[in-house]
Amino acid sequence: MVSDLRARAWEAAAAVPDPELPVLTIAELGVLRDVRVEGAGVEVLITPTYSGCPAMAMIALDVQAALDRAGIVPARVRMVLSPAWTSDWLGAAAREKLAAAGIAPPGGAVACPRCGSGETELLSAFGSTACKAIRRCRACREPFDAFKCH
Amino acid sequence: LVLGHRLSEWCGRAPMLEEELALANIALDLIGQARLLYAQAGPDEDALAYLRDDRAYRNLLLVEQPNGDFAHSIARLFLYAAFADPWWRAMTRSSDPGLAAIAGKAEKETAYHLRHAGDWLVRLGDGTAESHARAQAAVDALWPYTGEMFAVDAAEQAMIDAAIGADLAALRPGWEATVARVLAEATLARPADGWMQRGGRSGAHSEHLGPMLAVMQHLPRSHPGAKW
Repeated sequence: MVSDLRARAWEAAAAVPDPELPVLTIAELGVLRDVRVEGAGVEVLITPTYSGCPAMAMIALDVQAALDRAGIVPARVRMVLSPAWTSDWLGAAAREKLAAAGIAPPGGAVACPRCGSGETELLSAFGSTACKAIRRCRACREPFDAFKCH
Repeated sequence: LVLGHRLSEWCGRAPMLEEELALANIALDLIGQARLLYAQAGPDEDALAYLRDDRAYRNLLLVEQPNGDFAHSIARLFLYAAFADPWWRAMTRSSDPGLAAIAGKAEKETAYHLRHAGDWLVRLGDGTAESHARAQAAVDALWPYTGEMFAVDAAEQAMIDAAIGADLAALRPGWEATVARVLAEATLARPADGWMQRGGRSGAHSEHLGPMLAVMQHLPRSHPGAKW
């Protein structure tokens, strides 16, 4: 029963989309760290991508609401810092979803998500959110978001 | 928090859109780091940020200096980040697990801040005659505030002895090397070490912190308990 509760709670929390990158769930992003069973309820552990990530409060609320909808009460959401979040936690599926949304996934040679050219250059290391940089494709000349290695 | 607020004052005024985003991003990182530290220090981070008078603030004098022109803001960020980046890295080995965890995040962020500010300082210093003159003036004006970063008082020494805090003296050669490398690339002269301003760490601030806090604290002071 305990493992069943944990599995249901994980499923509910894992489906919550990231408020700033809604193409990814918080599980795919690596923000969801653990779900622990506490009596009849659960404690959900989340970690911020960046120290000042303004989405954390929103994510905590969304997780709380998702567990509520799944009938899992009481549920607590707690923020943990260690181990520090890293973009290495993004799996293959998450990387494909980012690319499909026009955001180059982190690491390696950054290819243009629009035309696929590997000839891209950094415009600014700081983009529309803390976890993204702005790059430009030298082939099609289009600027695009790139997920930062972190 | 103080440097984060200063950088946020550039919102809507930065020289170009990319820089607008960059300064706001860096401000957000710094304010985020401050929030995590305040959460370690006590139960009410808002009280620490919004209800402390200037004499109760313990920040370095360097970071409260006004934005001035763009060169001043970049030079201030560079001189601080050249210290903060290796300092946070050293703090990942703190004997306090809470501080070590915060440092694990912050050291990744400050690496970006240092690179960004250093790149700009090179571009300004090795740019036009006007940008070079302004960058040199900024470094000269801020230099007397750099000594305080390495000043060790009794509280600092106790933290170092307990391996909670980083050994500041051990960080100095790295800071000197980073500053020397970037200033040389920027064709800027390293100012001579003269009188170094101190006092921020004991609450004796420059005349600039009070007006900054008046703006930053206005809302919660005027509307106690307000939620926004």
